[in-house]
Amino acid sequence: MMQREELIPMLGQVTDIRQDTPDVKTFRVVGCDGKKLFEHIPGQCAMLSIPGVGEGMFSITSSPTNEAYMEFSIKKCGCLTNYLHSIEVGQQILVRGPYGNGFPVEGFFKGKDLLFIAGGIGLAPLRSVINYCRDKRENYGALHILYGSRSMDDLVDYQEILNEWTRSPDTHVYLTIDREQEGWDGHVGFVPNYVTELNFPTTLVPVICGPPIMIHFTLENLKGLGFREEQVWTTMEMRMKCGIGKCGRCNIGDQYVCKDGPVFSFDKLSALPDEY
Amino acid sequence: MLYRISCTEMDALFAALSETKTVYLPADREDGQASFVKWTEGTALSNRLNTVRSAKDFFFPQIQPLARFRREGQKIEITDLREESEDFVIFGARACDVRSFEILDRVFLADPVDTSYQTRREHAAIVTMACARPEETCFCTAFDIDPAKPADGDVRAYIADGYCYLEPLTEKGETLLAGAGECLEESDGAAVEAEAGRIRAILEKLPLASLKPADNREKELDVFNSPKWEEMASHCLGCGACTFVCPTCQCFDINDFDSGHGIERYRCWDSCMYHDFTLMASGTPRLTQKERFRQRFMHKLVYYPIRYDGVFSCVGCGRCLRKCPINMNIVKVMKELTGVRPAGAGEEA
Repeated sequence: MMQREELIPMLGQVTDIRQDTPDVKTFRVVGCDGKKLFEHIPGQCAMLSIPGVGEGMFSITSSPTNEAYMEFSIKKCGCLTNYLHSIEVGQQILVRGPYGNGFPVEGFFKGKDLLFIAGGIGLAPLRSVINYCRDKRENYGALHILYGSRSMDDLVDYQEILNEWTRSPDTHVYLTIDREQEGWDGHVGFVPNYVTELNFPTTLVPVICGPPIMIHFTLENLKGLGFREEQVWTTMEMRMKCGIGKCGRCNIGDQYVCKDGPVFSFDKLSALPDEY
Repeated sequence: MLYRISCTEMDALFAALSETKTVYLPADREDGQASFVKWTEGTALSNRLNTVRSAKDFFFPQIQPLARFRREGQKIEITDLREESEDFVIFGARACDVRSFEILDRVFLADPVDTSYQTRREHAAIVTMACARPEETCFCTAFDIDPAKPADGDVRAYIADGYCYLEPLTEKGETLLAGAGECLEESDGAAVEAEAGRIRAILEKLPLASLKPADNREKELDVFNSPKWEEMASHCLGCGACTFVCPTCQCFDINDFDSGHGIERYRCWDSCMYHDFTLMASGTPRLTQKERFRQRFMHKLVYYPIRYDGVFSCVGCGRCLRKCPINMNIVKVMKELTGVRPAGAGEEA
């Protein structure tokens, strides 16, 4: 009997599917015994697959403080994700992980005022760390959450944001959408500009996740406000196959995003080749 | 301890070893090239410098089945397809290829260990054959490999004066030769020393004898941003031949194949030279062949050394020099990145 092989997945099942936006669904996953498959750190990922369709790396969007299950918010954008959007509750699914380093929730983030900046589906990886901080409230300072998307309908986790986040102690939510829309009386405009408008103090620790173009301009604007690269964090995306630093494709320079990342501070990223 | 056996009696040695283990050795093919084959009576050891494909296949085969899945309704059944390796002997791998195992070990045996690779490594005994006739594409000495007196493997071997000389380097090697029984006789080292000296004399005159890779660990960004990549990659076809014959190229893909009797998930070789290697739904960070070409050589000459204490991910076997359809290769890249020119020869490798 050979020891367990990391590349051979475990069996899980989908116990709940929530339609978040027109192209994002959130899947609740447990093991076949009904229990959570494994523990993780906020920001870590897992490989999900359907035999014969494909395997892909997804952020674990639920917080590790959730002891019952894991959640994955998945945007429909390719072969595997299209298929996942067609499955129904009860479907068995292949799972392996957790992979990656995760956010330094017990290190650099501890005791700090945090500023989460997300665009579109970029909220998915941040939801885990946001809810972790909310559940361990005494370990962190103020929580600022700036979240933007194309339209009101594309705001992932909108109900959770309205019902839970905005009502949490010392938690400040700033929502924005790209264009005016009927029924929306909130802020309108792109995320990077909103960052400048809100003029956040440089004592905050920003954590950015979103499309590359949004990350680029948000970082520029944060620097304009006086933030330093070493205090700003992000989580990266690359094509991955193994998840354990062996298959050789997700590297940015000498760093494997699946193993050494996906979480990096910008001073670390700046020292690496610009190929992402 | 040094042993020897007459070259005319090699079959007796292979037969003795085959009693407990499968023996693989390089043998000549009809097309004039050599490849590793399983020994059967009469299979002769090739005299060629090296096999077309590298010896990495023994531990990292081109296709490695992982699991079979059966789907029924919403249910999935998983069957583990891995198998424990049997004991086997690689008889006559060259020093460059044997050094490549160490380079692969750092990747595949790192936690979490690659179990298919590990079982093969544990069950293999390696006999490293000194290179009687190194050729002008050889540059293993650039990576401190000594083909005149191989340091890696379980047994070091020479063919000289009509004899095959065998010297165990590890306990596994001693056990292996003990299992060869009476066909081996003890020998003194005179013939081996003379042979090593003869090989060293050839090595000194090889065109790439003075090639040395630059330690660019501190210059990752400078090398990455060098304008030289554009020119070096300009004719690359992206065929990936270099990656497939390379003993240290270790990139792989994981895919599913519907066999009609279930879906098999397998791990197979892949190549960073291919466009879809890094392709995501949102695009790829390596848009042109220049980025893919650069990735391959940055990995071997800069990224791998950064991760592993200055060790390069190249063993100088020269296969990519022979097989590249546009005559581009790692030697040219090393020279561009270091300014080193080979002694006593033109600039063409």
